[in-house]
Amino acid sequence: MKQLLLMAASVALLSACGDKPQSAGGVKSDAAPYTGTGKAYVEKGWKEGDKVSWESQLKARGMNTQNEYSKSN
Amino acid sequence: MARMKFVCDAERCIECNGCVTACKNEHEVPWGVNRRRVVTLNDGVPGERSISVACMHCSDAPCMAVCPVNCFYRTDEGVVLHDKDVCIGCGYCSYACPFGAPQFPSQGTFGVRGKMDKCTFCAGGPEANGSQAEFEKYGRNRLAEGKLPACAEMCSTKALLAGDGDMVADIFRTRVLSRGKGAEVWGWGTAYGSRQAGQAPAAAPGAKS
Repeated sequence: MKQLLLMAASVALLSACGDKPQSAGGVKSDAAPYTGTGKAYVEKGWKEGDKVSWESQLKARGMNTQNEYSKSN
Repeated sequence: MARMKFVCDAERCIECNGCVTACKNEHEVPWGVNRRRVVTLNDGVPGERSISVACMHCSDAPCMAVCPVNCFYRTDEGVVLHDKDVCIGCGYCSYACPFGAPQFPSQGTFGVRGKMDKCTFCAGGPEANGSQAEFEKYGRNRLAEGKLPACAEMCSTKALLAGDGDMVADIFRTRVLSRGKGAEVWGWGTAYGSRQAGQAPAAAPGAKS
């Protein structure tokens, strides 16, 4: 009887250790890019967490680097 | 903000593959995986055209529609991303994508397909922005650094444009209207005379033929 109880207890305990959850967890949440990385190598001219400043800085960067007509004409 | 978009100007692309190299270097993409590539039509024939192709971050993405484990998601900026922890490497997205964007590294035992890899618009993935885990799985998150995709920023002729759709459209529109076509193209008259291409130059009055 003691052995039986021990076996039952081990089965109950070990069953939780061996298996990885098989449920489809779905996609993890992703932080918005304007929240920044909090690290170096970040472009200057905008404030992390400020969506409006991030958008305007990206637009300015895109126009400055990709539209040479704004420089030549 | 509208949606993040790529546009490749076939009149400017010179098939230098700078975009391909920039992408591979920026994200340390493994051997055999090309998130971006340059496709040339009529190669070697006068009038050949090249375009740089990668994930187009479709508004109605077929890859999202066919994925059996629902690993894709779209950010508020319109960038189509996926979760490699959910992906099972089945390859359905590869069949569905009209641009050949999904790539599969052969890193498993017996050449088993690995997790799908594709262009992220330099926006990383569902790990913490700028983290080591994000870099190893998806590459660098340049958008969170306030930068545009490396391929477009590296393009020497600015054929490949990236960024907010409205901004890209404005640049492309200005470019097409300014450069004209045929002999109207900027600089043609200066270099070759003002007559149409292919015509003999006008003879000067009184000159012997």
